[in-house]
Amino acid sequence: MDYSIKIGGEAGQGIQTIGDTLAKVFSRSGYHVFTHQDYESRIRGGHNFFQIRFSDKPVMASREKINILVALDKESIGQHEKELAENGQIIYDSKTLNSQPSTQNSVDIPFVNLAVERSGNKIMANTVATGAVLGMLGMEMDILLEIIKDTFKKKGEDIIKANINAAMAGYDHAIKRCIKCTFSATPLSKPKMLIAGNDAIGLGAIASGCKFYSAYPMTPSTGIMNYIADKAKDYGIIVEQAEDEIAAINMSLGASFAGVRAMTGSSGGGFALMVEGLSLAAMTETPIVIALAQRPGPATGFPTRTEQADLNFALYTAHSEFPRVVFAPGTPEQAFYLTNKAFDISGKYQIPVFILTDQHLADSQWTFDGFDLSKIKYTDYRLRGDAFRNLSEYKRHAFTDNGVSPLGVPGDARHLVVTDSDEHDEEGHIVEDAATRIKMVNKRFFSKLPLIRQEIEPPLLYGHPNPDIVLTGWGSTFGAMKEAVDRLKKECKIAMLHFSEIYPFPSTKKLNYLKILREAHAALCIENNATSQFARLMKTETGYTFTGMINKYNGRPFTIEGLLKEINAILR
Amino acid sequence: MPSLDNYKGQNPAWCPGCGNFAILKALKDAVVELGIEPHQFTIVSGIGQAGKLPHYMKCNTFNGLHGRTLPVATGIRLANHEMLVIAVAGDGDCYGEGGNHLIHAMRRNINVKLFVHDNQIYGLTKGQASPTSTATDKGGMVTKNQPFGILSEQLNPIAMAIALDCSFVARGFAGDMPNLKVLIKEAVTHKGFTLIDILQPCVTFNKINTYEWYKQRVYHIEPEYNPEDRIEAFKKALEWGDKIPIGIIYRNHRPAFEEKIPVIKNLPLVKQSFNISKLEITLKEFL
Repeated sequence: MDYSIKIGGEAGQGIQTIGDTLAKVFSRSGYHVFTHQDYESRIRGGHNFFQIRFSDKPVMASREKINILVALDKESIGQHEKELAENGQIIYDSKTLNSQPSTQNSVDIPFVNLAVERSGNKIMANTVATGAVLGMLGMEMDILLEIIKDTFKKKGEDIIKANINAAMAGYDHAIKRCIKCTFSATPLSKPKMLIAGNDAIGLGAIASGCKFYSAYPMTPSTGIMNYIADKAKDYGIIVEQAEDEIAAINMSLGASFAGVRAMTGSSGGGFALMVEGLSLAAMTETPIVIALAQRPGPATGFPTRTEQADLNFALYTAHSEFPRVVFAPGTPEQAFYLTNKAFDISGKYQIPVFILTDQHLADSQWTFDGFDLSKIKYTDYRLRGDAFRNLSEYKRHAFTDNGVSPLGVPGDARHLVVTDSDEHDEEGHIVEDAATRIKMVNKRFFSKLPLIRQEIEPPLLYGHPNPDIVLTGWGSTFGAMKEAVDRLKKECKIAMLHFSEIYPFPSTKKLNYLKILREAHAALCIENNATSQFARLMKTETGYTFTGMINKYNGRPFTIEGLLKEINAILR
Repeated sequence: MPSLDNYKGQNPAWCPGCGNFAILKALKDAVVELGIEPHQFTIVSGIGQAGKLPHYMKCNTFNGLHGRTLPVATGIRLANHEMLVIAVAGDGDCYGEGGNHLIHAMRRNINVKLFVHDNQIYGLTKGQASPTSTATDKGGMVTKNQPFGILSEQLNPIAMAIALDCSFVARGFAGDMPNLKVLIKEAVTHKGFTLIDILQPCVTFNKINTYEWYKQRVYHIEPEYNPEDRIEAFKKALEWGDKIPIGIIYRNHRPAFEEKIPVIKNLPLVKQSFNISKLEITLKEFL
């Protein structure tokens, strides 16, 4: 069983509400769920869709075929009718659409009239549609009713009752009318956790003791700020919307200097403004975590769509030479744990660490059995209170064996904490001499780098241990690649190599991925960009050249079928 | 009690006779008289001659980037509002490169003390016009890289600050150290964002706005003047030319930004411990 539901309509019609609610019904019913959103850079109008896939087996990417299309506008039928699977059905309200699909596989359900009749408010037409989908699937209504009660708890009994009536109306109507429906979806066991990439990063930051987040809103990174802001009161966090991204990173550095874990986030254009701050973090050795959520550029590009074209930007931006770490999670679960690792490494080595994500991961929701909090690492690397007070001497940038100088919390002791964006001595004061410069560069770069390298985990090998075909990628292509391996594994010896800890480039000590790549007949590098930035990084770091590349740069994520087609074209 | 000896820092790399020496001395005297010890405050500075100031005394220091003093200072204050945070910047640093941050620091009313060393010229880059340089057709200079003279109007930081309802706006003069010290003490004890624009002769590059030029023009604001009258303050702010007022020009009693943030009402952020146990409950919200 593997169904896909697409809800299409204009911005502002409530597509996301229907989508989120249905996804929650499926995940609470114990299904594996994957959702992804395709939206335009506008608040009203246009054409957007929300796609949900759910199955009794793990799912982690979208499929091209649709089983139920909820058409809230004419455009949905025009654009997506052709995507219907054999058993596919369209549900729509002919009164609001003023048109009918050409296919017989469609059910006209008067969303608006039923809403007005049964709940007294046409605004509940979306609830009617949500109920109708469950009716088509032959599912029970109890979980939806539970969600309605939770959602409208604060709005009172009347609103809850009206929504329940609307949902039941849609449900009953669909059961009666959809004679041709062949769907069957009975609840599985335990409810699953449903979480989007941005929420997972926010949650990971909170779980890591992040106390300060400053950013300027920019799609698709804004969700991280929204999530942390929502929890600010519960967890004692200050979230400050800065006047610009330059201020955002500098505020976060100020907070970090003062002794709290701090983070900022943006997309490419906003991060471009933060670049001088990145190099300030490096020079002052102030820990900071930066979420860089990619979208297609250059400049404003496709504001609401997806791309993996800022890898080089994250790797090489900012003047001069200093160590940095770049993580590129492939799933919300990886995003959660890697955000925690980012805070840990950033604090331990006093360096900037990136979480490189993109719109596809930021906005898509996945199901998991749960996150394991015992895996969360929290070590306070700062020198505070008595430990700081009891030192006989303190120099903020003291030379040490590992290049890491104790990071004191200003004000906790009589020792002064001095740092400078100029080259400085051990105390943090401006210097001009060549000898100190060399020692400082050695300290910041060469002493720390080997230690940072040791922290980096190798790529994930999934599939055949000695594969003939290797699909390699990084970040959000994880799901499509993994499912492609599952589809092809009966036909050939195939595996995925997924890199989520990208820089410093992982060594081959724990997993000799180079051997795997070299011994394969075909090693394909799959990227959501035009110029194979990761393949070039691989070449630079290891000398290895992939046998083939698959690039997608139309602003949309890979679907399973789309990726399979490309793989077949190369292998044939 | 701290004494001036506690504040001896590195040897200044400023030109002999620079107005910055007097600002440094006034600041040291002010903190000594207020009984503030070196570890009890942080100076955030930018780039330019003013940016070097914290190295020449003793205090916690974040000498950051050009124009970016205020966001760093804001972050420090938000993380630890028990720490006195002073920002020192030059006119190019604060009114040019960092203009946007200045506007929003005033809007927030973050309790940061901003002292702008305003020498009406760029010193460290050797004599270009700054936002507060007088336009050439109004008697200003001609510089190497403004061959047709300074065409833009001189910025009036005092009037701008009053327009933004900045909670403390003053003008000092490096040639009047006792008065400057009093202004600094007033600013430090004020609750909210404070701007002191300090007229500071650049002895090397600014041949127009010299000590002599300022001395002929500056006067102490009359004792009966009420700085809480915003309209009167605007009038005072517009005085420039033959007579230049120094002293507190505008003051209000808006609550500081930090006072309005519930999560730091009882304890500074930096003193709050982190407890992961609540996270189990938060995780359930995703079920």
